[in-house]
Amino acid sequence: MTQAKAVPTPSDLAARAPQASQPVQIEDVSGAQSLVLSLESVGVDTVFGIPGGAILPAYDPLLDSVKVRHVLVRHEQGAGHAAQGYASATGKVGVCMATSGPGATNLVTPIADAYMDSVPLVAITGQVSSRTIGTDAFQEADIRGITMPITKHNYLVTDPAEIPRAIAEAFHVAATGRPGPVLVDITKDALTATTTFRWPPEIDLPGYHPVTRPHHKQIRAAADLIRSAERPVFYVGGGVIRAGASDRLRRLVEQTQIPLVTTLMARGAVPDSHDLHLGMPGMHGSVSAVTALQKADLLITLGARFDDRVTGELSSFAPEAKVIHADIDPAEISKNRVADVPIVGDCGEVIEDLIAELGEDFDTSRYDEWRARTQRWVREFPLGYTPDEEAEAIAPQYVIERIGALTGPEGTYVAGVGQHQMWAAQFVQYERPNAWLNSGGLGTMGYSVPAAMGAKAAEPERTVWAIDGDGCFQMTNQELATCVINKIPIKVAIINNSSLGMVRQWQTLFYNERYSNTDLHTAVGSRVPDFVKLADAYGCVGLRCDKPEDVDATIRKALEINDVPVVIDFVVERDAMVWPMVPAGVSNDMVTMARAMTPVWDRDDDGDDVPREES
Amino acid sequence: MARHTLSVLVENKPGVLARIAGLISRRGFNIDSLAVGPTEHEEISRMTVVVDVDEIALEQVTKQLNKLIEVLKVVELDRDASVQRELVLIKVRSDASTRSEILDLTTMFRCNVVDVAVDSVVLEATGTPEKLSALLEVLQPYGVRELVQSGMVGIGRGGRSITDRARRSA
Repeated sequence: MTQAKAVPTPSDLAARAPQASQPVQIEDVSGAQSLVLSLESVGVDTVFGIPGGAILPAYDPLLDSVKVRHVLVRHEQGAGHAAQGYASATGKVGVCMATSGPGATNLVTPIADAYMDSVPLVAITGQVSSRTIGTDAFQEADIRGITMPITKHNYLVTDPAEIPRAIAEAFHVAATGRPGPVLVDITKDALTATTTFRWPPEIDLPGYHPVTRPHHKQIRAAADLIRSAERPVFYVGGGVIRAGASDRLRRLVEQTQIPLVTTLMARGAVPDSHDLHLGMPGMHGSVSAVTALQKADLLITLGARFDDRVTGELSSFAPEAKVIHADIDPAEISKNRVADVPIVGDCGEVIEDLIAELGEDFDTSRYDEWRARTQRWVREFPLGYTPDEEAEAIAPQYVIERIGALTGPEGTYVAGVGQHQMWAAQFVQYERPNAWLNSGGLGTMGYSVPAAMGAKAAEPERTVWAIDGDGCFQMTNQELATCVINKIPIKVAIINNSSLGMVRQWQTLFYNERYSNTDLHTAVGSRVPDFVKLADAYGCVGLRCDKPEDVDATIRKALEINDVPVVIDFVVERDAMVWPMVPAGVSNDMVTMARAMTPVWDRDDDGDDVPREES
Repeated sequence: MARHTLSVLVENKPGVLARIAGLISRRGFNIDSLAVGPTEHEEISRMTVVVDVDEIALEQVTKQLNKLIEVLKVVELDRDASVQRELVLIKVRSDASTRSEILDLTTMFRCNVVDVAVDSVVLEATGTPEKLSALLEVLQPYGVRELVQSGMVGIGRGGRSITDRARRSA
C-alpha cells in the first residue's frame, strides 16, 4: 500500500504545477490523488462526508490537502443536506462524499431533494472494486442505478484515467443549465491504481447543450401579451434565485409596475418590503397572492413550475389567465399548464431581454386599476395570527416573526418541513435572495440542521438560523456534534409543539381530531428528549423559552453567542394552525383565511371586502 | 392517444438503456415497443421507441428524453415518410397434411421458413404490425405453438441521415 518514501500531497503537487490556466500533467499519482487534485482544480473548498471502506483511499490524500476542507459529519444524509445548504446559500456547487453501500444509500434523500429543488450538488461515492461489482460484495449497492431517477446525470468510474474528466463534467453539469445533483461513483481499484493526472480534461458531453439565450421572437410575443394585458402578475419561482437574477427582476417589476408573487422557492427574489409584492401563493399563501393569480388575465411565469402546492386543483387555477412561461428547462414548459408563450432560457437573460423589449417609456397606467385592486387585497387580508388568549403558551408564529425581526435581512433562515416551515416562509421578512433555504419540492423533514450547518460553513460571517420543528429536529440533530467540533456556530430554534404539527393540523381539520401517532411527547406531559439537556450534551448552549414575554430576551441572548451553536427549545401553543389554507386538491378559490373564514372575492368597486363567516 | 415512433440517438455507454427505460416508466408513458441496436457509428446507438400517447404527452416524453445527458437526438418518424418494420419468429404446428398449405401462405406473405421439424415449422417474417397480425391470423387455425417478436425499428425515407446531423450538432 502506501510507500515509506515521501509521497507528494495533492497540495504539493498543485503548488508545483503551473498556474491553473496552463495545462497540468502529473505522472504516477494514485486515482485517489487524482480525485483530490481534480477537486482542488475545480475550486472545491469544502467537502462534507464520512469515510468508509471503498472511499478510504480518497481520504488519505484528502488529509494533506490545504485547499479542500473536509467536514466530518455524523450521518451521510447530513453531508448531503450540508452540501445543499452550502450551495443554496452561495450558488456554488456543494460537495458531499460517502463510501459504498449504506454510505451511498444514505445520500439518496439529499440527492432527491437537490433534484427537486434544482440545487447544484456533486456527490462522490466509493464503490467496491470493479472485479467484485455484481457479486453482492460487502457494502455493494448499485448507487448509479439507484440514483438514475434523482440525478441530472451520474457516473460509474472504473478507470483511474477517467477521474479528472468525470469530476470536471460532473461540476459542469451540476452548475449549468437547470442546476441539479450529479453523482460520481468511483471503484476502489480505480482509486488505488496508478495513473496520470491531466488538467484540464477534455469535456465530452455531445448531448448536453442547455439553452440560455431566449428566442427573440418569443420575447416579442411575451412583450405583446404584457402590453395588451389588463391584470398581469409576475409568478416568480426559484429559477430566478438560481439564475442570480433578483436585481434584474426588480428592475423589470419597477419598469412595468406589475404586481408579483414569490413562490416558496423564491422567497427573497424580490424584497418582501416592495410595494408590488403580494406575498407567497399556494396552499398556505397569502390571500392577496392566491387571489391575484386566480383573477389575473396574464401570468408572467419566471422560473416556476406550476407545482400542485401552488396551483391547487390545476383545472381551476388562474382560469382567465394567458401564460407566459420562461424556464431554462424546456420540459417544465407546458408540463402542467399549457403555455401561450413558451420561452426557453436563463431567467436573467429572459428578464434582460424583456426590459429592453418593453422599453423605458413603457406605459404602466393600464394596470393602475388592477394594481389598486391587488393593493386592497394586501391591506385587507394581511397575514396574521391570533394568539390564544387563554392559553399561556407562546404563539409559534410570534417566535418566528421575532427571530426575523431581531436578526434582520442579512441573516440566513433554514427551515425543516411542516408548520414551522410555512410560518417561517410567511412571518420572516425576506429582503435578499438566498436568505431563505428550505426543502420545497421533496419536503424532507430533517433538512434544517445540516443545511444550516452547510450555509454557515459557506458564509461564516452570517447569522444562520435553523428554524426547526420538534419532529424534524430529531431526524438529523446529530449534526450538532459536527457543528460544535468544526466550530460552525449555527442557531437552532425548535418550534416545539410536542407533535408532528402539520400532520396534526390535517387530523384536526380532516380526520375529526383523531390524533393518530402525531404526539411526540417533547413538551406536553413529558419531555423526551429534553432538548436543553440534549444541546448541553453536545456542547451547545441550550435555552428554553415558554413564556411570550421571554421570547425577545431569549433570541437576543442567542444572537450574542457566536462561539458555539445555540439550541432554543421554544415551547409553543400546540393547537396553532397554518393559515391561510387551500385544502389539497381543491380550487384556489376555496382559500380559507382561518378556520371557517373565507374572504369574499368579488365586490362592487366601492363595496367593502369583509371576511365572511361560514358555518 | 395515438402511436408515435421515436428514433432516439444515444451515446453508446453502459447504462443508457436503463436510463431511457427508467425514464419512460417513472414518468408513466405508455410504450408499445422499444428496440436498441448499434448504428453506422461505433459511438452512437439507436433506439426506436413506439409510444401510445396524446400530443401533449408526446411533447413531454420528447423533452424528458432530450434532458438525458447521453441522448443526442430525438426524432419522430412520420409514418408516411419512413419505413417501419418488426421481425417475428413463429413456430407453427405442421405435419405432412398441412405443410404445403403453410408453405403457400409463407410465399404469399413473403416470409421465410427457417426451421422444419416433423411436427412443426418456424417462420420468419418482417413487416408492419398490420401485416404481421394478418399473417398470425391465417396461421392461427394450424396452431401457433410459440411466438417471439422484436420491437419496431424505423428509418426515414430519402437521402438524409439523422445520425450525421446528430454528430454535426454535437
